Amino acid sequence: MSQTNPKAPMWVLWLPLTLFLGFAGLAAYMLAHPADNTVDSKLVGKPMPTFNLPPALPGRPGLDSKVLANGKPHLVNIFASWCVPCRVEAPQLGELAKAGVPIEGISVRDTTENLQGFLQENGDPFQRVGADDDGKVQLALGSSGVPETYVVDGKGIIVYQHIGEIRPEHLGLLLDKLKDAAE
Amino acid sequence: MNRRLILPMLLALACAVPAVAQEEQSTAPYAYRQLDDPAKEARAQRLMETLRCLQCQGQSIADSDAPIAGSMRSLVRERIAAGEDPEAIRRWLIERYGDYVSYAPQLTGLTWPLFAVPLVLVLLAFVLLRRRFTGRAGA
Repeated sequence: MSQTNPKAPMWVLWLPLTLFLGFAGLAAYMLAHPADNTVDSKLVGKPMPTFNLPPALPGRPGLDSKVLANGKPHLVNIFASWCVPCRVEAPQLGELAKAGVPIEGISVRDTTENLQGFLQENGDPFQRVGADDDGKVQLALGSSGVPETYVVDGKGIIVYQHIGEIRPEHLGLLLDKLKDAAE
Repeated sequence: MNRRLILPMLLALACAVPAVAQEEQSTAPYAYRQLDDPAKEARAQRLMETLRCLQCQGQSIADSDAPIAGSMRSLVRERIAAGEDPEAIRRWLIERYGDYVSYAPQLTGLTWPLFAVPLVLVLLAFVLLRRRFTGRAGA
């Protein structure tokens, strides 16, 4: 059987309890602070990938990434007619468009018919809408869902990524980012 | 339960359709289609099993039926069919989504302790146990 070593220092006795309390404390902390699993794009600060999407709507140009480097900042909105939060952010996009912000759309895995219905119902803030039918450009942009909105400066560099719907309280931040991008 | 009600209820269930089709399925060409070359498909499959679905995180894109996983499968298969190296495709995705998209652990400045600590523990155990065993043999 095990023999206690009379020479074991006092702190060794406390070691297991200390380790256990350490683990318990860590577990409690992690339970109280759940991990944030938002996957943000690592392309923020880098140039927009090159792509050229065909028009998603008749009579409206598609989206060529060259347009995004035309000297003016743009919003690039990734959306879809099947996306419920996209309906929530539609009024905010409308307001931004009214404020003169050029908004370019990328519609993901959508059909022309559904898209037309969606824009009729929720308003249409888009200058161009590119059809990303197989979701390739979404992947190239490091976007993990819809809606997502990128602020792109006049040189075509992505300066900010907004994940999820744009709520009224986000408008100020986005306008600030656009103003910074214009400088 | 009233037995006469069962048949009408079953019929009603059979007619039930999902209220809203939440998302369009991926229409990407290779989302649900394997590559014709079995060797290339096997290579694609091995890579897909180690890539995380970004929507239903915790599933690989090989297991997930989320539309974005379909798009990612198609991307992987098309690039492998074009002769690209699987690890290059993984790097392309990590460049965009970070290490999180890959299930295969990468050895980086941040993760090296994960690999080093087990080695250190094994060495420590060896040193401690050796003293004990040699002690016993000597006694």
